[in-house]
Amino acid sequence: MLDLSKHHSVGEALKDALDRFSGEVCLIEADREREKERLTYRDFRERAHPLAKALQDAGFSAGNRAGIIMTNQSKWLISAYAVFFAGGVLVPLDYKLTPDEQWQLLKHSGATVLITEYPIWRQLSVSAGRASVDVQTVLVTEAPPNAELAGAKRWEEFRSQGEAALAPRKRSDTACIVYSSGTGGRPKGCMMTHENYLEQCVALTSLYPFWPGVRYLSILPTNHAIDFMVGFFGPFTCGAAVVHLRTLRPEYVREAFLRYKITYVSLVPLVLKNLQKGLQARFDALPAGKRKLFDALVAINKKLTKSRPRLGISRTLLKQVHEAFGGELRAVIVGGAFTEPQTLQFFYDLGIPVANGYGLTEAGTAITVNDLKPFRADTVGKPLPGMEVRIVNAASDGVGEVAVRSKTVMAGYLNDPELTAETIVDGWLMTGDLGKFDGHGHLQLSGRKKNMIVTEEGKNIYPEDIESVFEGLPVKEFCVFAANYIWPMRSMTRERLVLALHLEQGQCYSDQLRREINERNQRLLNYKRIHGVVLLEEDFPRTASLKIKRNVLGERLGKLDSSTAILTL
Amino acid sequence: MRTLEQTTQEVLDLATKHFQLPAGSLAPDDDFFKKLGIDSLQTLEMLSRLENHFGIELPDYEVQGVSDFKTLAERIQSRL
Repeated sequence: MLDLSKHHSVGEALKDALDRFSGEVCLIEADREREKERLTYRDFRERAHPLAKALQDAGFSAGNRAGIIMTNQSKWLISAYAVFFAGGVLVPLDYKLTPDEQWQLLKHSGATVLITEYPIWRQLSVSAGRASVDVQTVLVTEAPPNAELAGAKRWEEFRSQGEAALAPRKRSDTACIVYSSGTGGRPKGCMMTHENYLEQCVALTSLYPFWPGVRYLSILPTNHAIDFMVGFFGPFTCGAAVVHLRTLRPEYVREAFLRYKITYVSLVPLVLKNLQKGLQARFDALPAGKRKLFDALVAINKKLTKSRPRLGISRTLLKQVHEAFGGELRAVIVGGAFTEPQTLQFFYDLGIPVANGYGLTEAGTAITVNDLKPFRADTVGKPLPGMEVRIVNAASDGVGEVAVRSKTVMAGYLNDPELTAETIVDGWLMTGDLGKFDGHGHLQLSGRKKNMIVTEEGKNIYPEDIESVFEGLPVKEFCVFAANYIWPMRSMTRERLVLALHLEQGQCYSDQLRREINERNQRLLNYKRIHGVVLLEEDFPRTASLKIKRNVLGERLGKLDSSTAILTL
Repeated sequence: MRTLEQTTQEVLDLATKHFQLPAGSLAPDDDFFKKLGIDSLQTLEMLSRLENHFGIELPDYEVQGVSDFKTLAERIQSRL
């Protein structure tokens, strides 16, 4: 089992790993069919230490903050390590935000250094937001030879000679400021300590271990808490390798599984679901005889893996399916949003376990994870080691707000003591999510406290629960809201749910579609049914990890006149 | 060497064919997310087709923030 107890900081733990695993491969970077880079831990150290020294020579010291806005690539991790080595605080930002949003968060974080890619800098440097931010050093990667750098320096040339010294940090010092949300209104900069990461890493790798030879495919953005942990800190402290792709086109992602024999990958539920659809279509296209045989093999696999995964057996029985994923895939880690049990079951039945869990940035990535002993598709698993989880203000059905106490819980929100005090009460992180424990210690989530309704009969309804009934509806995308959440009423009665729809191009809200919605609605218990439909003509706002930004979408809907926008069923 | 107008027209023709739309239904200033109702993954698929047609490579970042055919055609033109 991984032991990080002797380390005081992320930088120290990483430095130790670079020394211990020096000959192992730590990074592979591919662009289409070309492998651009393959670095050992020794190579990584040789690239990162001169960068750390140059940062220190430029006056960057312990506690200073450095923003990073990059797509997933080797220079992301090299830069992050250099910042930690110099004792700095890393501010990883979403590269899909607009330049103004990025400047807004950089300003809020107090970053004095920014590390980014040239195409991103091209847009950032001309954005009006730049004027109000005091970033002294901007490092830009991969700038073409004659590029106009607009005050930035080339990352590749920003190096100093001489030995860099690891800046000591305490476990309680802030390692990263991670924005969990808040580009619209109140920025929520989670101050994650070195202890948060060290503890989370030990807990997670105890269930999903890494070792030299393991290859993790990094697709989720690395600024996301999940990829930072399982696509950087976790594999590095265990001597494993991370594979980056410079293009996320489906054909190259598929190829990467085969070429690099991927062991783990993290996906968001939406992508997992697309994968399910694609596989299902291929199974459906099999000739009758082959299909029958395939179904029989799946049934056998299901029986043999009932109590625990048996990878060897599954890989033999369902060889072609596993070979399409490279043949060495041990688990798909899914996170960032609630995943349909049906999707989880689909993959498990094929012998591909999905590590389904529940977490939030504020809690240090994961709170619960399915330990697969046995696999349960209907829950988000049990609390990770070291994680105390309790249900607060539980109703008669056992559902209440999930509260967490652990060494992985953030120190607080940057510059927002008020919000911190509301969120961390007597040492317990109030998640705002609702759930209950079943008799086996598994957590079952019911929805989010902030977007819910209470019926006149006193029943609590959670929009996420309702959404599963509309899965597969022939529309572009949909989302269920509490009408009261979108158009606040000063009343606790007559609350209603609405279904926000974005139709396909050229599709109209036909009688047939209305009938189908009605039909599905009827499957719900009467008090859970939606009241009406709201049509939107534009794409739902999503985060880089493709999660619907419910608050932004809710605000967008709120601008509509509820008396005319809600089409009754 | 193609002119920007020619490149733009070829981009529109290919997108029309790729998404099986009636001829002439796309214009240079159209927002392809709104007009075609596609998401970022489908955009990446369209890019692959454009790359094959023009015989160039378009990195993913070239479409980051681009939402209309005209700008897309300009990015392609600069790589021809």
